Amino acid sequence: MKILIVDDFSTMRRIIKNLLRDLGFTNTLEADDGKTALPILRKGGIDFLVTDWNMPGMSGLDLLKAVRADPDLGHLPVLMVTAEAKREQIIMAAQAGVNGYVIKPFTAATLKEKIDKIFERIDN
Amino acid sequence: MTAIDRLKLTKQLLAALEQGDEPGVDKLLDELAAIRETQLFHEVGRLTRQLHDAMRNFTLDARISELAEHDIPDAKERLNYVISMTEQSANQTLTAVEDLLPVAQTLNQQSRKLAGNWERFLVRKMPYEEFKGMSHEITSYFNESRDSLEMMQKGLNDILMAQGFQDITGQIIRRVIALVEDLEASMVGLIRLSGTKSGATKTVPVPDLPGPVVPGVDDAAGDVAGSQDEVDDLLSSLGF
Repeated sequence: MKILIVDDFSTMRRIIKNLLRDLGFTNTLEADDGKTALPILRKGGIDFLVTDWNMPGMSGLDLLKAVRADPDLGHLPVLMVTAEAKREQIIMAAQAGVNGYVIKPFTAATLKEKIDKIFERIDN
Repeated sequence: MTAIDRLKLTKQLLAALEQGDEPGVDKLLDELAAIRETQLFHEVGRLTRQLHDAMRNFTLDARISELAEHDIPDAKERLNYVISMTEQSANQTLTAVEDLLPVAQTLNQQSRKLAGNWERFLVRKMPYEEFKGMSHEITSYFNESRDSLEMMQKGLNDILMAQGFQDITGQIIRRVIALVEDLEASMVGLIRLSGTKSGATKTVPVPDLPGPVVPGVDDAAGDVAGSQDEVDDLLSSLGF
């Protein structure tokens, strides 16, 4: 299981990386916005995408849309971890095809719960 | 062109009419109309400039009073939230360290003690009765160290999570910086206006992504999800 973590704040990438390692996911890659994430995704081999929304360059929502529009990446599970908490934004992300939505600040338990839920649905 | 000039022209016009001097009448009428038009244009020009200046003053005043009435207090709230977030995070980290240090100290002492005894056992300087005692100690050390190490793992995770403040406060501070720049531009605009010719003022556009929710500032309108539970409820109402 290879996971790509996308966030413009390196501290947040480290937090998520360490939490994922604690959950048993040791194989992670990092990118600091959608623009740098897309080539990594297109190279292949990524099984799961964790992304922030508000990033310079290319936002997480645009990244999500690009992933869904790409025939090779269309089914990639995407978890959004963001400080954006407006209802209309959550709806926007849902409509763009996000698999899970976690608002910052979050707890380790919340992240675990959402990841478990996403894999549960994929397995079914 | 004075009133006397116009009176003169009018008298000439009257005289021309009485004499039936058609070309003269036309010429005088044109002259009178031209005066009228020039004055009208001048007046329209003056009014336009006045209106333009008034409009500019109005936008600038509106932006500055908006900054003073709304944005500055709003920024203060945001910065206060940054203080409370960093304080919370520092406390969370300090608590974990304070809890963990004695645990690590105890583990260290126990393992030193056991290592010493183990050394004596290896060189066969330990009576059998004492060896029995030591094997009990080793068993309880294993149990205790397992619990202690679990505690340490949990504490280290708490410290890890506490660092999330950097992302959140970074986003908030960026917004406040944008506001300060906006304020600066408005002030410069105002100074230009009160000085010589006025220059265009630019206002920072409202961000598309509002960023972290600051309690008491961003959640007043009720259009934000205040907790993960509210996010989950909203998503499940959408069929998630």
